[in-house]
Amino acid sequence: MIVHAIFFYTFSLIAILSAIMVTVSRNTVHSVFFLILDFISVSCLFIMIGAEFLGMIMLIVYVGAVAVLFLFVVMMLNVVEQKNTLFESDSNGKHIPIGLLISLIIFFEVIIVIGGWKYKPDLLNSISLNISSELTNTHSLGYILYTDYIHLFQLSGIILLVAMIGAIVLTFRRRSGLKRQSYFKQISREKVEGVDLVSADSKKGVKIDV
Amino acid sequence: MQEYFYLLLSEIYKILFLLVPVLVSVAMIVWLDRRMWAFVQKRRGPNVVGPFGLFQSLADALKYLFKEIIIPASSNKIIFILAPIVTMTLALIAWAVIPFSEDFVLADINVGILYIFAVSSLGVYGIIMGGWASNSKYPFLGAIRSAAQMVSYEVSIGIIIINVLLCVGSLNLSDIVLAQEKIWFIVPLFPMFVIFFISALAETNRPPFDLPEAEAELVAGYQTEYSGMMYAMFWLGEYANILLMCSLGSILFLGGWLSPINIYPFDLIPSPIWLILKILLLFILFSLVKAIVPRYRYDQLMRLGWKIFLPFSLFWVVLTASYLLYFNLLPVI
Repeated sequence: MIVHAIFFYTFSLIAILSAIMVTVSRNTVHSVFFLILDFISVSCLFIMIGAEFLGMIMLIVYVGAVAVLFLFVVMMLNVVEQKNTLFESDSNGKHIPIGLLISLIIFFEVIIVIGGWKYKPDLLNSISLNISSELTNTHSLGYILYTDYIHLFQLSGIILLVAMIGAIVLTFRRRSGLKRQSYFKQISREKVEGVDLVSADSKKGVKIDV
Repeated sequence: MQEYFYLLLSEIYKILFLLVPVLVSVAMIVWLDRRMWAFVQKRRGPNVVGPFGLFQSLADALKYLFKEIIIPASSNKIIFILAPIVTMTLALIAWAVIPFSEDFVLADINVGILYIFAVSSLGVYGIIMGGWASNSKYPFLGAIRSAAQMVSYEVSIGIIIINVLLCVGSLNLSDIVLAQEKIWFIVPLFPMFVIFFISALAETNRPPFDLPEAEAELVAGYQTEYSGMMYAMFWLGEYANILLMCSLGSILFLGGWLSPINIYPFDLIPSPIWLILKILLLFILFSLVKAIVPRYRYDQLMRLGWKIFLPFSLFWVVLTASYLLYFNLLPVI
């Protein structure tokens, strides 16, 4: 049990410290790397409580795809040495009240969650889903998602699809005057079309650009 | 407390028992790669150091070890040093779940295939970190290309894995191998094997998809500023990743440790040997492709990944699922 505790506290310490470093760090790219470290340690915590499927999916989706795109954007924007102006009183301070409001809301949410867990420990037992302990959690997640919650699952899929199509439509633009290659045209070109024999008169030449 | 200590010692022993052969075979596989390449081009390849030039890689490693590590003055030093370490660590930790026989596996976890997929999707960070921290044009361009390429081909590899998982009904690598006792998945899923092979080439930045280090345009891509042991670590990580992809291919499609012919003289051969032979077969295919195929252009590479492989493997998922459903062959849990 003591080994378990050591691992738990190591991972949660890394998670909390890197979460703090995400906001404190001056270099934006460093912030993203700390965010990745945070994701990794949280997925380690997931694996420790036995939710190995969620932990791995977290690694694949967040670390393997989402954070790579974050890193892309941050590297492209060239905001490497950005000044940390959060605590300086200048005209850019308008975001502070909104930030405080959001963090207050999150704070109360956390209090509600912890309160429910502390004062109503039997809440967990009132969940109507019966989860068999013999199945691996991949199987049990599949059983629940594709039977009881199939409509919600499909709905979230549709929402993601709409978001994806929207993002493509927003960034898609077809500029005129570009020469594009058509693989089909290139491959299906015949020798007859490519070569044109012209008899040239002496000292007159031939105009070739039509 | 003492039992934990012994547990730790035995685990370290097991890890070393796996890692040392992997590292030695990485060195040998580099030699094999160069010999195959030379063989196709009617050259001799490395043949001076040791018998048949077998110790060439060791000599190279020794040379790298004694070279000076140069860190560019304008680079981001911490990330610059971290990048090769990340690459090599990630290439090695994925070996933990590869089953060499029914009971010879370091960590037989339920989500083995997801673990390998996650670790190989983390592999892109070594390259991005190296490219960005070098603070130089060519490494940065190489890193961006490589990140886009690896993210794109991961998608198609993921969908190919779904095809296999539909036939198995488990994410455990040993279960995947055992499900192929009657027939290897290369037979019913042959198009998926071909696509997996090509995607694995792209995922490990092997020619003809070695655009991140295309020497004709980007010097050496993300490795340009690296020297000495750090360069060698990138190199080791790359080849360990190639071996990992080969072993993943043989586990998913070629029946892992199962022997192809189960009659008397052949079933005496221990099962790890079969897996190693299959990995070698796939690796020889990898190096043949390197020798005979010219490099792709970058837009062709992206088109191949997103417009051809992704729709085709998605279509094949539908096909496999409907076939299994119609003939009532879906795996029972």
